[in-house]
Amino acid sequence: MSNTPVILITGTRKGIGRYLVDHYIEAGYRVVGCSREPANIESDAYIHCITDVRDEAGVKAMLSTVRRDLGRLDILINNAGIASMNHSLLTTTDMAQRIFETNVIGTFVVCREAAKLMQRRRYGRIVNLVSVATPLKLEGEALYASSKAAVTSLTQIMARELSAYNITVNAVGPAPIHTDLIQSVPQEKLQQILDRQAIHRFGEFSDVANAVDFFIKPESEFITGQVIYLGGV
Amino acid sequence: MSANPKVIELIYDSIDEHNEIANTSKILAKSLDTVLFGRDGNLDSLGLVSLIVAVEERVKDEFGADISVADDRAMSQTQSPFRTVGTLADYVSELVKEAGYV
Repeated sequence: MSNTPVILITGTRKGIGRYLVDHYIEAGYRVVGCSREPANIESDAYIHCITDVRDEAGVKAMLSTVRRDLGRLDILINNAGIASMNHSLLTTTDMAQRIFETNVIGTFVVCREAAKLMQRRRYGRIVNLVSVATPLKLEGEALYASSKAAVTSLTQIMARELSAYNITVNAVGPAPIHTDLIQSVPQEKLQQILDRQAIHRFGEFSDVANAVDFFIKPESEFITGQVIYLGGV
Repeated sequence: MSANPKVIELIYDSIDEHNEIANTSKILAKSLDTVLFGRDGNLDSLGLVSLIVAVEERVKDEFGADISVADDRAMSQTQSPFRTVGTLADYVSELVKEAGYV
C-alpha cells in the first residue's frame, strides 16, 4: 500500500469538484473522482470513474476499485449534487425524486461504502457539501433545500456512528458560487441571498477548498458533526 | 444446514482481521461455537458491525456475490445469525446459495 493519501471526490467533471481535483493533486494526494460523463483531467495522480452516484452497483464497483488498486481511502468529499429552482406547486414528483436520489441517497451510499473501507484502517475524513439554501429557507428551492437538510442530518448522525472508527464527518455549505447549479437563478434573487449573508459577496471555489482543508487535516480529529456555512449565514 | 467450507474460511479470515486490531480481551477464537453477540457475546455492537463488513467484502471477493448480511430478514430470524460463528456461517452460506453462487 502506498503512503500517499487517497481522496475520493464525487462530481468532478466541473464546478467545485473540478477545482478540488486540481487543488488536491497539487497538495500531493492521489485523487479518485467520478461523474456521470468522462472528465477532461490529465494527471498521473488522478483516476476518473464514470459513475452516477444514484447507481448503487456503480458506486460499489468504484469503491472496490479503490480498495483493490490503491488499498486505502483517507478522505471522501461528497460534492455531486443537482438542484432545480421551482415553486413547490410546480415541482414534479419526478424532479423531487431525482433530487433526493442524487443528493440524499447518492451521498448516503457513497458515505457508507467509503466508511466501510476507511474503518479497516481506523481513519477517515468525510466532508459533505450542503447548502445555505437550508438555513436561509430559500423560496423556490423547497426540494433542494430539503435534500440538503437531509444531508446535514446524515452528516451529524454518521459523525456519531463512525466516531469509534476515528472517522470524522462534517459538512460545508457554500454561499452562491458562479457554477451551473445557480445559472438559472435570477440575478435579483441571488442579490437577495448575498444581502442576507454577513459578507455580501459570491463565494469562490477557493473558499470551499479552505473549509474542506480544515476538516480533513489530521489535526481536526476532534471536530465532527459540524457544518460550516460560508459567507456568514 | 451445514455451512459452506469456503464461507467458514472467509469468516475465520475476517476474525483474523478483527483480532489484529482488537484489545486482548476481545480476541475471538476461530471456532463455530464462538459466541459473537448477545448474552456472553465477545463482540460489542461496533465489533459486530466491523465483522459483518469484513465478511460481506470477502463474500464479494470470493463469490462475486453482493449480499447484505444485516438486513430486516436477518433481524427477524428465530435464531439470530449473529449469535455464534456457526450461526453466522449458516446464514451467510444460505445467502450465497440463494444468490446462485454455489
